[in-house]
Amino acid sequence: MPEVGKPGRQLTSGTNVPEGQNRVALNETEAAFAQYGEKVIEQDLVERTLSHALESGGDFAEVFAEDKTSSSAVFDDGKVEELTSGRSRGVGVRVVVGETTGFAHTADLSETGLLAAAEAAGAAARGGGGGVRTVALTPTTAPRPNEVLVQPNDVPKGTKVGLLERAEAAGRSAGSEITQVMARYGDSRRRILVANSDGIFTGDDQVKTMFSVSCVASGDTGMQTGRETVGHTIGFELFDAHDVEAIARRAATRALTKLAAVPAPSGEMTVVIGKGGGGVLFHEACGHGLEADAIKKQASVFAGQMGNKVASDMVTLIDDGTMSEEWGCYAVDDEGHAAQSNTLIDNGVLTDYMWDLLRAKADGRESSGNGRRQSYQCLPMVRMTNTYVTNGEDDPEDIIASTKNGIYVAQLGGGQVNTVSGDFVFGMTEAYLIEDGKITAPIREGNLIGNGPEVLTRIDALGNDFAMGSPGMCGKDGQGVPVGDGTPTLRVTSLTVGGAAA
Amino acid sequence: MDSEQLLGVADQVLGWANDDEQVEVVVVHGRDSEVRAYGGEIESLTTAESQGVGIRVIKDSRQGFAYAGTLDSDVLGETLRDARDNATFGTADEFLALTEPDGVEIPKLDLVDPEVTTFPTERKIEMAIELEKMVLAGDPRVVGVEVAEYADAYNTGAVASTTGIRSVGSETSSYVVAYSLTSDGEDTQAGFGYSVGKGPGAIDLDKAAADAVDRGTRLLGATKPKTEKLTIVFDPYVTAQFLSIIAGTLTGDVVLKGRSLFADRMGETVGSPLITLVDDATNPDAFSATEADGEGLATRRTGLIEAGVLQSFLHNSYTARKAKAVSTGSAVRGYSSTPSVGAMALALTPGTKSQAELIADIPNGLLVQGVSGLHSGVNAISGDFSTGAEGLMIRNGELAEPVREFTIASTLQRMLLDVVAVGGDVERLPMSAAGLSLVVSDVTMSGA
Repeated sequence: MPEVGKPGRQLTSGTNVPEGQNRVALNETEAAFAQYGEKVIEQDLVERTLSHALESGGDFAEVFAEDKTSSSAVFDDGKVEELTSGRSRGVGVRVVVGETTGFAHTADLSETGLLAAAEAAGAAARGGGGGVRTVALTPTTAPRPNEVLVQPNDVPKGTKVGLLERAEAAGRSAGSEITQVMARYGDSRRRILVANSDGIFTGDDQVKTMFSVSCVASGDTGMQTGRETVGHTIGFELFDAHDVEAIARRAATRALTKLAAVPAPSGEMTVVIGKGGGGVLFHEACGHGLEADAIKKQASVFAGQMGNKVASDMVTLIDDGTMSEEWGCYAVDDEGHAAQSNTLIDNGVLTDYMWDLLRAKADGRESSGNGRRQSYQCLPMVRMTNTYVTNGEDDPEDIIASTKNGIYVAQLGGGQVNTVSGDFVFGMTEAYLIEDGKITAPIREGNLIGNGPEVLTRIDALGNDFAMGSPGMCGKDGQGVPVGDGTPTLRVTSLTVGGAAA
Repeated sequence: MDSEQLLGVADQVLGWANDDEQVEVVVVHGRDSEVRAYGGEIESLTTAESQGVGIRVIKDSRQGFAYAGTLDSDVLGETLRDARDNATFGTADEFLALTEPDGVEIPKLDLVDPEVTTFPTERKIEMAIELEKMVLAGDPRVVGVEVAEYADAYNTGAVASTTGIRSVGSETSSYVVAYSLTSDGEDTQAGFGYSVGKGPGAIDLDKAAADAVDRGTRLLGATKPKTEKLTIVFDPYVTAQFLSIIAGTLTGDVVLKGRSLFADRMGETVGSPLITLVDDATNPDAFSATEADGEGLATRRTGLIEAGVLQSFLHNSYTARKAKAVSTGSAVRGYSSTPSVGAMALALTPGTKSQAELIADIPNGLLVQGVSGLHSGVNAISGDFSTGAEGLMIRNGELAEPVREFTIASTLQRMLLDVVAVGGDVERLPMSAAGLSLVVSDVTMSGA
């Protein structure tokens, strides 16, 4: 029987791991492309809902409304498998009293539905002060990171399907060994409204468009897969800047290259990660560990490290929700706080954590604009946006040339971290051996593992070729949100490579 | 909403179907609650109702799909129109058609524990707080509890179609989970423990707390091991994760698309004679037991591997039609997607030994307590895998020092063949596979 998502971190799916967080490459998961409608909640109804939520007590109440629409299309096995349209809209109400949060959500946007949700959320605040509290809202707006030129909803479906057909043809023509091409198109528009008893009344309109191609090449050594994904927080103008044939050719080239791949070596070795790709490393090695919820519960190796040197001098790490067009950008977060650029590590020194509203309030500071949620059905928590390492001074070619032996990783797959121990792992989807300062044979898929705090201090070269990587979905506590990351080329003196060649 | 109301929604949509099209409607409704405790207080209390509808239209051998997270009737009509419009852009495929009833009777399983609807919130709160307390008291090295949670859910779903499908069913579940934080003054680790059941009465707080304590404390002081090839024991939880991955390679869609390493191996020996793997959602003891699949066909028992020999793939109605086979009742989906193919309740035929007895037979080995990055580390086409892992060394038949920050690597093919013992310690897990201890020889552990 189909089921509404069961609660919790890892129910029903046999492969999620309960501890830690994971980030998967977009094409490995359903993009969280969601949905929605036209109904807007009137300001006075929002005010009544907030007042109702606080009737039985409570220090803080919040209404989060979401209206999301999405469309996707998949071309696989030589045909357009189907087009899917999705929509969802609903409201989540949160009431906080002391350290306790009550939360309820509903898809019923009538006054009856909203007041019932407010009551359910307020139930957790029973025994509080209570009384009548009037909430007056002041509408505000935050600047959008960028404009959307072409709403994907306005683009004929046939045009979207045409992109898939062109990509498939380009993938197939990349070589006779290419035996399968899978192309996926997706877009989403997510409109949110956030109001709370502090008087916040704001919203955002987030449009994302993505395209991915996956190719399988078959040869004497079996079948190999290559992928490429492009996605931005923009409309259909994505395809003015990105040619779907080129995306398909990059995916095909990866698959073809791997036909000649040797098994990945095993053991500790020097690892050079190409521009763009290394962002996942930081996302796992320290990003999750710098989220204030993990810090507050002492569930991070970075707790109590503020002001300490935690990374090599050359590392400056920034989380920036304002980055124009990037996959993890927005005007306001899901608590109504404007997106910010936050420096987390400055020349190796830990300068700040990432914060949501509740964690910030408890600490007597402002949120850093990192309060996000997957949908109106979820409580917000501290999440990354676009996380990146700024340019260093090294010439990327010199970094490779000065590496005697090791591996060069051009593209990383998904990863996962245990924030408590700092141990992380992520997959290599395109990698090569480095022998005598030269990139040589391609190697098969394998994992890289390491410990966050150790790896940060082992970065001994940083290129001047910064680039953002592929769009990703970051999963934490069962919630997926879109994130971006980026780095210049960088070198880690020692990481453990887990291949099957031992 | 009850079953009849959901069918009523489906019937409303089917009433709008045109004569020249097939329409299938999936309607779901869920009610769930979750309580988290922290520091002896309620950290959060969530109550929620969710609903959704998915509509599939097939016309002229083309398929379109649309879904909505609401059952408002204006949205239903719009969703049907979207699905219908989407169908015009699909590629015609002679195998596309909605399934018809196949004569297999829908099993009557007792999957609802009514206590889920009556269990008072106060008791849920008490359980979460009690669980936190028990983990903290379990060992002096437990320094915190990151999460202590009670959650339950009551889900109802209906599938109806213009081809005569009409099925409906409900399931309940309860679980608790705790995540411990442990420290020996130098090293810090985390561990989890849970207990699951159809209702709150099945929950075993002691087990959840003991596991969270044990998993967190026994890894303290773990070091990176030397690279070597040895015999490993997968903890039940890890075995279950591998079973899910193996089952993913046995589904009709990947087989038909040539993306399975087992595509051409039907009838051949693919595993040790100790391996008998079934998918059986009709087993009422399985956490993921269910009466009907995502297309409304009866679930059934499918023997995938029998004593090491590959016996069957899993099919939904589309892959069955294309493969000239019959559906195994393995259509899996939520309301927001068309049916794919997947295992629902995997189980290995258990052996007789406990984990301790299995370990006693191993002179030099490794108990794998957890793996990470398994998904990104598996190539389901070639079978190569590599995953981060943590666990305890086995020396002379006993658990020895903890190890972490290493990978284990092999191929799925070799691993199945190299199974040398299957434990009798079947464990019910909050996933679509049951766990037990599994002993595999000659696996590479890559560390220092």
